[in-house]
Amino acid sequence: MRPEPSGLHRAAARIFLSREFSVLVAFVLLVAVTQLVNPRFLVGQGIRDLLLNATIFVVMAVGEAIVILTRNVDLSVGSILGLSAFGTGSIFAAFPGVSIPLVFLIGIAFGGILGAINGLLVTIARVPALVITLGTLYIYRGINNAWAGSTQYFAGDNPAGFSDLAVAAVGSIPLISLGALAVVVLGGIYLAMFRSGRDLYAIGSDPDAAELYGIPVTRRVIGAFVASGALAGLAGVLYASRFNSVGADTGTGFELQIVAAVVVGGVAIFGGSGTVAGAAIGAVLLTTMTGALAALNVSKFWQQAVVGALIILAIVIDRVLALRTARRLRVAGSTVGGPEPAPAGTEAPRG
Amino acid sequence: MQSSTTARRIVAISAAVVAGALALSGCAGGSAGGGTSGAGKSFSMAFVPKQLNNPYTDVELSGGKKNASKVDAKVTVVGPNTASASSQVSYINTLTQKKTNVIAIAANDPNAVCSSLNQAKSGGAKIITFDSDTAKTCRSLFINQVVSKDVALVELKQLGEQIDYTGDFAILSATANATNQNTWIKFMKEEIASNPKYSKMKLVTTVYGNDDDTTSFQVAQGLLQSYPNLKGIISPTTVGIAATARYLSTSDYKGKVVLVGLGLPNQMREYVKNGTVKEFALWDPAKIGQAAVYAGRALVDGKITGKTGDSFDAGSLGTLKVGADNTVIVGPPTEFTADNIDDFDF
Amino acid sequence: MAETLDTRVRGRGLRAGLGRDAVTVYALVAVVVIASLTVPYFAGTATVNFLLIDAIPVLAIAMPMALIIVTGEIDLSVASIAGLSAATTGVLVAKTDLPLPAILLIVIVIGLACGAVNGVLVTVIGLPSLAVTIGTLALVRGLALVVIGDEAVAEFPLDVTTFVTSTIGGTGIPTMMIFAAILVAVFGVILHFTPFGRGLYALGSSLEAARFVGIRTGRSKFWLYLASGAVSAAVGVFWVLRYSSAQSDSVQGLELTVVAAVLLGGVSIFGGSGGIVGVVAGVLLIRTVNYSLQLAGLSDTVLTIVTGSLLVLSVIAPSFAARARAARDLRRARRGRALI
Repeated sequence: MRPEPSGLHRAAARIFLSREFSVLVAFVLLVAVTQLVNPRFLVGQGIRDLLLNATIFVVMAVGEAIVILTRNVDLSVGSILGLSAFGTGSIFAAFPGVSIPLVFLIGIAFGGILGAINGLLVTIARVPALVITLGTLYIYRGINNAWAGSTQYFAGDNPAGFSDLAVAAVGSIPLISLGALAVVVLGGIYLAMFRSGRDLYAIGSDPDAAELYGIPVTRRVIGAFVASGALAGLAGVLYASRFNSVGADTGTGFELQIVAAVVVGGVAIFGGSGTVAGAAIGAVLLTTMTGALAALNVSKFWQQAVVGALIILAIVIDRVLALRTARRLRVAGSTVGGPEPAPAGTEAPRG
Repeated sequence: MQSSTTARRIVAISAAVVAGALALSGCAGGSAGGGTSGAGKSFSMAFVPKQLNNPYTDVELSGGKKNASKVDAKVTVVGPNTASASSQVSYINTLTQKKTNVIAIAANDPNAVCSSLNQAKSGGAKIITFDSDTAKTCRSLFINQVVSKDVALVELKQLGEQIDYTGDFAILSATANATNQNTWIKFMKEEIASNPKYSKMKLVTTVYGNDDDTTSFQVAQGLLQSYPNLKGIISPTTVGIAATARYLSTSDYKGKVVLVGLGLPNQMREYVKNGTVKEFALWDPAKIGQAAVYAGRALVDGKITGKTGDSFDAGSLGTLKVGADNTVIVGPPTEFTADNIDDFDF
Repeated sequence: MAETLDTRVRGRGLRAGLGRDAVTVYALVAVVVIASLTVPYFAGTATVNFLLIDAIPVLAIAMPMALIIVTGEIDLSVASIAGLSAATTGVLVAKTDLPLPAILLIVIVIGLACGAVNGVLVTVIGLPSLAVTIGTLALVRGLALVVIGDEAVAEFPLDVTTFVTSTIGGTGIPTMMIFAAILVAVFGVILHFTPFGRGLYALGSSLEAARFVGIRTGRSKFWLYLASGAVSAAVGVFWVLRYSSAQSDSVQGLELTVVAAVLLGGVSIFGGSGGIVGVVAGVLLIRTVNYSLQLAGLSDTVLTIVTGSLLVLSVIAPSFAARARAARDLRRARRGRALI
């Protein structure tokens, strides 16, 4: 039995101790230091670039977070983005007058179908998602290569309205970044308020118990993969709009960056805890890191090493926080004489 | 019992995979012409580009394929999807085994492919490099687009004219090890140091987009943020210049920062017309493929060995000469502007 | 999982393990036979040479990787460690007069250090290996960039590079294959014939049980990460000498090939089952399929799809087979009861 955290004090403490908050602080510090050293960092174009860079990763990170919450992982997101982006280019080439919202819907549906294939393979064959999505990473990429060949679509192949979409802005905040924010908010509300959203946490904490408890595990896990695929599909359309150039290898290698962003954002790699807001901030932090290191004139050779160190730092902090929480719970548990809860994070980590 | 059932199933599956893949290729296995072929006989020639699925490579190889029938060559194209040297080695090995008569390669790493090329050579193959050279000992001749120094001079001239020969500029190149780009950059640096015309121009940095579209785009972005006084960018790679042009055209820097480099007209048309780019240069890539198949014919027939001073017939390109360093130069670079860009379609 | 009991029994020894391993071996034999019959030029010593020399890096790293996966962990940083080792070798050869054996020693120490970092983070701090090694994948590759920058080193002693690419007599078997074979033998003996190796299966099947019977769970895994670091570093040196080229992106992306080969070889990603014979067959299977398709003139595109499909099939097929078996046993048991 846990004592109810009550009062404004407690609530504030919870926010300040949360993982999301610590990532946010890191982000603010990074931006502040960069701005001090290079005043051009946050001027008009700088802000816009920073947000545009983050947009696509934020959308994908939300989807990936939902999958990782269920103790799965989706490594095929980069390949799904590539297929969706190339599909977008192909649609505009074939039907120049097609309405732009329809293209977005097609991209999302296409990604959703690819995600559903992942989900079905994982649940029906009862095989680890790591292996299945590693396989579909190759397969989807191969299909993209076969489909695209050396065809590439450029700005001239898209209607002007579509290319302008990525440039359109409210003040210095790009429109598509607001769209990404909407995705984060909707994802957050779903996970926090809806029964099926809460189920995902239960599944991630203990799949067997969730099954026993009567949660439709298979359906929920497939749903999570569909969400991840659909968001990667959406990201693909956004990519086509932003970069105006899509071909056979669009999105190659994004998967590890996305997983890294989610982990840095405080989503436990073995499921059950974390929020999409955290994942989104993680994505913003990682993409800003690259830009900031360049703006700080840090040698380009050090940039990747810094990002790697940051990922490791993030998971170490998570572990320390988890241990501390576990200790606190144990103390609280023993005073009220309740059963001692298992310390968090001691289950055997399974690759 | 059970495991043997599973075993049988897996054997069946793997058989199906291999058979299916072979069927996909229309049984491409027999395409190589083995043995030695004397003068005038058909010969097999394989192109190994830096990477497949690259529009520049495509135009280049189309020139080879189009002229293959004129020299009676059976042309195949094999290569990796991403520009990696180790994967090129694997493909060279298969070509050696098939006793392909001529191998034409654009090397991703001038040294990594060398030992396998030498193996192919001792198996009887003639080695031609195009685009990006290997170490000189590993090939008979190198088909170069243009005189390397000319590329450097054209780039500097185009940039200089637009920025009044004054101010900071940067280079956005392909990969750090790309032989061709590195040669041009070397000549640019020499020219700036020696020619008083360029004394007020300063090269602040060279960055690499790895011939990857997204990377190039973001590197261009970082460049403008890190160097606020940047007047111009030279991007001597088709991927880099297209990505940089796209970034500039959607940013506040459009019209303020000058971009020149090597680009494909079809890729750059939009940006020339909307004023992001005033001029850029390139040669006709198809001519390289064409020169390569004619050189292959001449090598197989024993008419040339690739030594300096040799010359061979290259169809519509006329007679090509092998110059210093066993290098064949195909043609002068063309400069593209809003006035002439619509005359080109590649 | 229906598989657990089954696999635990099989994990007891090499002979029992052969049942599962045999499947991959049969598949390998089948692919070789089919390729010899249908792909021109496949049957010959040149194939043996080209196929094996490119299999060596994957084969070598697959050995420690197999043991790590048997314990239920993973190491995704192997290709980056090999890359750092390649970059370091290049720089040391270019900038110092150190003899090659000394360089090899330095580089292996670096590999051990990388392995130790992974090992400490996973076993002492208790972090999930997947996340840790994704982090070190990025970090160590970054260090490779720091070490060599955008330079490329290509000047290596000719006699050494010739030796590395040489073959044993006229057999076509690469000389370096001897070292790979020794490595395979060592890891095979460790996994199948020592208490340490049997302990690894126990670890992978149930961490608590292993701890209960007195296996030092942390220490075993730590040794495996050290081994993985050292072997990866050695592969980095091999890579540099085989291609006569060292740069920051050497060996990039090999980790996924290694993991795919190990899983194809019948090692369960959940840990607790698999054998060295199967892993060797798995490595050769992927390599043979790839090489025969390349020889048939197929593009990388087809290879990508085939590799992915093989990987998915290799995990789905046993899963369905196990369930079909369980269903049949259940039917039999019912029928048996009905008779009584």
